[in-house]
Amino acid sequence: MSPPAEAPPDAPRPVHVKAARKVFRPAGRDPVVAVDGVSFSAPRSTLTALVGPDGGGKTTLLRMMAGLVAPDGGSIRILGFDVAADPQPVHERIGYMPQKFGLYEDLTVGQNMALYADLHGVDRDARATVFPRLLKMTDLGPFTGRLAGALSGGMKQKLGLACTLVRSPELLLLDEPTVGVDPLSRRELWAIVRQLVGESGLTVVVSTSYLDEAAFCDHTVALHQGRVLAEGTPAEITARAAGRVFVATSGPATPARQLQAHLFQQPGVVDAVPEAGQVRVVVEQPGLPPRADDALVVACTPTAPRYEDGFMVLFRAAVGDAPAASIDLTRRPDGPAELPVVEVSDLVRRFGDFVAVNHVSFAVRRGEIFGLLGPNGAGKSTTFRMLCGLIPASGGTLRVAGADLRNARAEARQRLGYVAQKFSLYGDLSVHENLDFFASAYGLRGKAKRARIAWAKAQFELEAVARVPSGQLPGGYKQRLAMAAALLHEPGILFLDEATSGADPLARRAFWGRITHLAEQGVTVIVTTHFMEEAEYCDRIIIMDGGSALAMGPPAEIRAQARSGDGHEPTMEDAFIAIVEAARQVAREAAA
Amino acid sequence: MSSGPTPGSSLRRLLALTRKETWQILRDPSAIAIGVVLPLLMLILFGYGLSFDIRNLPVAVVVEQASDETTSAEAALRLSRYFVVHPTRTMADAQRRLAAHEVNAILRFPPDFARDLARGEATLQLVVNASEANTARMAAAYVRGAISTWQARDAHDGHPAPEIPNVTLEQRLWFNEANRSQWFLVPGVIVLVMTLIGALLTSLVIAREWERGTFEALFATPVRRGEILLSKIIPYFAMGMLGLALSVVGSQVLFGVPLRGSLWLLVLVSSLYLLVALGIGLVISTKTRSQFLANQITFLVTFLPATMLSGFIFDIRSMPVALQFITQVFPARYFVSSLQTLFLVGDVWALVLPDAAVLAAMAAVLMGIAYRSTHKRIA
Repeated sequence: MSPPAEAPPDAPRPVHVKAARKVFRPAGRDPVVAVDGVSFSAPRSTLTALVGPDGGGKTTLLRMMAGLVAPDGGSIRILGFDVAADPQPVHERIGYMPQKFGLYEDLTVGQNMALYADLHGVDRDARATVFPRLLKMTDLGPFTGRLAGALSGGMKQKLGLACTLVRSPELLLLDEPTVGVDPLSRRELWAIVRQLVGESGLTVVVSTSYLDEAAFCDHTVALHQGRVLAEGTPAEITARAAGRVFVATSGPATPARQLQAHLFQQPGVVDAVPEAGQVRVVVEQPGLPPRADDALVVACTPTAPRYEDGFMVLFRAAVGDAPAASIDLTRRPDGPAELPVVEVSDLVRRFGDFVAVNHVSFAVRRGEIFGLLGPNGAGKSTTFRMLCGLIPASGGTLRVAGADLRNARAEARQRLGYVAQKFSLYGDLSVHENLDFFASAYGLRGKAKRARIAWAKAQFELEAVARVPSGQLPGGYKQRLAMAAALLHEPGILFLDEATSGADPLARRAFWGRITHLAEQGVTVIVTTHFMEEAEYCDRIIIMDGGSALAMGPPAEIRAQARSGDGHEPTMEDAFIAIVEAARQVAREAAA
Repeated sequence: MSSGPTPGSSLRRLLALTRKETWQILRDPSAIAIGVVLPLLMLILFGYGLSFDIRNLPVAVVVEQASDETTSAEAALRLSRYFVVHPTRTMADAQRRLAAHEVNAILRFPPDFARDLARGEATLQLVVNASEANTARMAAAYVRGAISTWQARDAHDGHPAPEIPNVTLEQRLWFNEANRSQWFLVPGVIVLVMTLIGALLTSLVIAREWERGTFEALFATPVRRGEILLSKIIPYFAMGMLGLALSVVGSQVLFGVPLRGSLWLLVLVSSLYLLVALGIGLVISTKTRSQFLANQITFLVTFLPATMLSGFIFDIRSMPVALQFITQVFPARYFVSSLQTLFLVGDVWALVLPDAAVLAAMAAVLMGIAYRSTHKRIA
């Protein structure tokens, strides 16, 4: 879909981006090419998605389209205007929602809307009709007097959207509106946006790193590292994987994730992910099922491709080989299997009046991968911090590796490794210096320390970047370094807090490959994630919402709770939404 | 102005932004603290806590041979409210008391004082504890003052004067005849209040919009950069004026500081300085985009010079020449000089006008820089 060479001022396509380029030159660092010759156009009255992993250039591209970032090359015409030369007329016609929603948190819902209405010149008469409609659409009617800062993530996102819609824009730009928002709110937002496109004929360009969301759109632009992988309708992208997608079933003794790890490393395999107890495989050659160890694969049947499959075909063609994802421990954690190494009972954490974790209980066995799933604010991270002994519990008991966290915090900490949500290593120190520091912090010295650092560099392929300051590493390397640092002291338990957010699909699969290996060798792994499909890698998961545990069990059991009569196998996200909605319904009925 | 589909009016956008800013101030306890509590706190702190005045200074008086003259001189000290006289027998004793901080100074009348005085060449020994340089200098000056007063009176009675160097009182005494440092410190509080509200608060609020990502959404609306800047200036200007009012009323009610110049001239000069401070805050925050950095830089380039190099606490004329030259860069210096003139002397146009002109020029330049460096762009 190439745009016409000469775009007249009243071009039928509201967005025309041609060879756009943006290079950031941070002081004292190498320049970063954020957008590298991107061309695409968005047809009128359609929903166009910029799809791709973080760092792909989506946000920079949207900011250039909104006239907030000056391009270094190429041309960007928005609604017929050259936005780089004259952003003002574009600002008068578009609605733009940045990733942080752009709300004033110390203003109320109503004040935020009134502010944006004034800025967009919406007069009182128009407001009288627009505001009630927006409040109804976003369900924010009862909360107009509440401070924006006191809203949940999903409500903030809807308020941000309402603020961009106070006047009907000719073009709506949304930058990752659903990131970090719970699946329920994500669905509601997409329903609203689809309705706007369908009923009001609005043109929308939205960016997302959730590949499954591309299916909601009319037109997609797949981006990676500042370049366009492909542009087309979701069906066109999906068609790239036609005939290449299979579902492999493993024997009863083999967990699906083990088969997944095996298949992912096979030549000719583009992608492999666990799905509903089986493994979804995308191969290079259409019609040829993946070659695999017969002992592992029981059955392999073709299945219909999805957008993600098509994206992965394009992505692998651009990126090349999958990184190695194995890990060999020099000493396996000992102790009897099947015995709980982490025991949480009746855990409570209050912050003032607010109950962040409300009577949560679970136990994790040795060698198990246990997942905590839930939207932002569900209490996952708080639970995690209590498990790691970073904050004390308000009530209940916590035993980690046999040590009660109330009185033996240091002892417990020595036996666990923790990878924090944000990259928490020293950015100014090199990879080697970071490893050296953390090894010393865990009490390693001399020969033992050198051996552990050498092990970490070898296992996580960090030798080549050992001298690079860790703050300058690409995302995937940072994640590996963080994990390597957490494993230096050979802990029996590994805690990973949202460790895959910000990583590209390949890095995420490599990450899970390592986790799988660790678990096989007896390491207990506890993870939090907001990627629902990643729950499939876990042995068991717990679903949290509003501080309470709503469901716990193996992924297949959880999914089964959402199974409807139509024979359609629910995804993890379907299950999550069904469980959370049911729980909220019960809470509403109890309140009424 | 290019015409969009719904351009709206500039005034309306400005009003909306100013209202938003005001709401934010009202909901931000730290803004209230800096705007209202701080002026009062500083007034009280500088008024009551920090005083350069000497009162009841303990002085050891060593009279090695008593005479009418020594008794009369000692009585002169004793009657002064600045001193508490501790008669001490020997110099060694007095030195011990000085070392023990029981007294701050020793005044010694040598054995031949009366005879020497009669001959017209008497000497007195004054020893001052100089570990606190400021108090020491004051104490020395006050003792000299007391002695020269006594001597003048004594000479008037027909006695010849002893050999004591002439005493020159500091010039500020001319206009501070009550000799109270509050009169001279309290106007200085206005400078600090204006600096904090103008530079520090504005630099923080703009940096906060960058940090919270609210500018990103704001910039993509029809708003103009001038409107954004004005909406930041108006509420903080009002707050600065409130701080001025509090300081002036407080200084009158609490310390009876006279305002000898006219109020409107005070308001005018203060407005000019406030605009300069706002301009500095705006320029810093458009450049740094981080609350922490903005805070540190503002503190260094505005608050510290306003305290140290403005003549508010340390007299500029007693600074080294190079430093005196440097003070000319800092706007606080011109404001302090105007304030001291307006409070303690009156509308001396020859003094106030040049200061006001410098402040006006600085305000214009800074606002120009702020406008030019504000773009509706984030990179």
